[in-house]
Amino acid sequence: MTSLKAMSPALLALTLTCGSATLMMPSAKAAAAPDSGLAPYFVPAAKGPMAPDKDGFIRRWLLLEPITKPNRTNSGFTGTYVRQALTAPYFKGQFTRVPRAGETVTVAGTPLAWHALETTGFDVKLFNFAQSLGKTKYGVIFYAATVIDSPREMQNVRLAVGSNSASMWWVNGEETAGLFNDRRMVMDDVVSRRITLKKGRNIIWGAVINGPGLSDFCVRFIDESGKAVTDLAVSAL
Amino acid sequence: MKLLSTAATGLALLFLQTPAFAQLAGEPFIHDPSTITESGGKYYTFGTGRDGLVSEDGWTWRAGGNRPGGGVAPDIIKIGERYYVAYAVGGGGMSGGHASDVKIMWTKSLDPASPDFGYHEVGTIASSNGMENADAIDPAFLLVDGRLWLSYGTYFGAIRVVELDPKTGARMPGNQPVDVAIDMEATALLYRDGWYYLLGTHGTCCDGPNSTYNIRVGRSRSPLGPYVDNMGIPLLKGGGKSVVNARGRDIGPGHFGLIDLGDGVEKFSMHYETDMNRGRSVLGIRPLLWKDGWPVAGDNLRAGTYEIESERSGYALQLATDFVRIDFDARRSFFAKPGDPITPVPDQTLAQDAAGWPAGKIAVDMGDYMVRPHQLWSIAPVVEAGGVMGTPYYKIIIAGTNRALAATANGEVEAVPAFTGAAEQLWRIDQLTDGTYRIMPKAVPGGTEPMALVAMGGTTPTLARFDPASPAGRWTFKLP
Repeated sequence: MTSLKAMSPALLALTLTCGSATLMMPSAKAAAAPDSGLAPYFVPAAKGPMAPDKDGFIRRWLLLEPITKPNRTNSGFTGTYVRQALTAPYFKGQFTRVPRAGETVTVAGTPLAWHALETTGFDVKLFNFAQSLGKTKYGVIFYAATVIDSPREMQNVRLAVGSNSASMWWVNGEETAGLFNDRRMVMDDVVSRRITLKKGRNIIWGAVINGPGLSDFCVRFIDESGKAVTDLAVSAL
Repeated sequence: MKLLSTAATGLALLFLQTPAFAQLAGEPFIHDPSTITESGGKYYTFGTGRDGLVSEDGWTWRAGGNRPGGGVAPDIIKIGERYYVAYAVGGGGMSGGHASDVKIMWTKSLDPASPDFGYHEVGTIASSNGMENADAIDPAFLLVDGRLWLSYGTYFGAIRVVELDPKTGARMPGNQPVDVAIDMEATALLYRDGWYYLLGTHGTCCDGPNSTYNIRVGRSRSPLGPYVDNMGIPLLKGGGKSVVNARGRDIGPGHFGLIDLGDGVEKFSMHYETDMNRGRSVLGIRPLLWKDGWPVAGDNLRAGTYEIESERSGYALQLATDFVRIDFDARRSFFAKPGDPITPVPDQTLAQDAAGWPAGKIAVDMGDYMVRPHQLWSIAPVVEAGGVMGTPYYKIIIAGTNRALAATANGEVEAVPAFTGAAEQLWRIDQLTDGTYRIMPKAVPGGTEPMALVAMGGTTPTLARFDPASPAGRWTFKLP
């Protein structure tokens, strides 16, 4: 058994009737989630360029504090729903301007800040990001952005993404990958069509939606043979 | 659209009418079953909640057994005289989060009626504090070379492995948990040929026919990892090779448990989130195959008409009757010109083949497979006959007749004129780890030893003790 991830509303209701489950209700207060700091999963982004890790994973991101989007189950994350939920306009500059660290946007009257962070592992643990800030962890949408400097034009590379749960990704303004339905984060779970990275600056946006359970993602580029692209630089953010 | 609708209706009817070849009998209702364990001649499995299921043959299951302690998703292992039971209290997102304890207790019998029945607490051997990315539930044992390992965890963070003292069930002094996987729950550990296998459940739980639960696996040379899948993707990065997913009317398999029956027969237990014929979470048992060093689910034989082919010789099991030629002019065939008319050759009918068959018993031998009626066997589960560990008893009859394969008192096989349901006409068909099948009569008249159908000669079948090292007792069922 069986975390209650993606449990149906009916089953949740049943469980609640039985007097046990409380945590997964988005409005419920977490049992024990004080601000534990960003460690051990994040450190503040350093200055200067940063290479992807040896497996090509991009570990420096601008992360927006979570937008509340209640979903008691992930079973409703159809392509139609996710696309609507993640492309809806929430804040000024969404998808159009690289945010700055510390900048605040307002979503439905709530100020949310952008954080420039580097991960200590290959994946970006959004749940822990939210938890460390004392923010909502379940029933949320996270936005992420980063800037990649490519030393040359790279043709026929692919964006490879894993996310928990559903997510959408854009490279230089073009929708590049979509991970729909209830997802676990598996490296290279969805791989984009062949794309071209421009020489110089390339902008990646991502958005992850989750109901109950952990939220995270991992992103890298792979070449035509499936090998990691590592000769990139993640810009200072 | 009408055609599509008709086709869809037909498909739905087909599913509804699918024989219960893979669905256990009785009331096998359970979620998160522990490894099936024998005690006092009965088989037990416990699930989330207090009690579990019991079976005398492994096919028909009913509510039974007693496991105190509550909590979720236990596992059982027998070491010496003790049955150790691991279970978790708390966590799983219930009761306020992911703070949980894995506890151990032991008993000398799982049968509540036994004088040896009685649980003794060992205590908590692993925990999660509710803050860390871990959730200490879903424990699973593995004993290899005298060392006892236990995996646990859920989607909420890492799957972890700890080492226990096999003499007491307690945690080994100084042992620290090791993260071995993510994005899994309901894990199990196996050991085979120098490899440790970590199996776990991916997908969505607890939503009946919408549950996407499926079981995946990675392997490592060490119980502590690193585990990788068949693509080399670390399980710590979400990897996992598929072992079993939804099939037929059984949706959402999860919570693997090995059943090693010996003689090259391995099976595994799981629950299906929904048996769509019964609308509930049920115990499932499937054969376990090994392909290129990886475990993968096999299948009980589906009802149908087959050639039964020997792995020893490639010859087909058949009635030892006179060969009946299909009328054919070989000269015309050889000397036909390209533009001459095409004349299909009709199948030989049962009536044509059977015209000279004796009315009584007919000997059975093997021969070149020619797609003839005396070589075509219709095989189907006999519902009222029950079954054995995960497989029903089958009848094997010549297609289009009631003439049944039967064991004889002198340890041979024959075809009797009519199927009566007698034990010597019921066959246990177990898929072996290489995907072939072992065929055993439920009983040999007057015999006490288990016997199997064996190709004693290239074209001579008999009943003999099954030798897992020999192809003589292995058979494949091929569509005509």
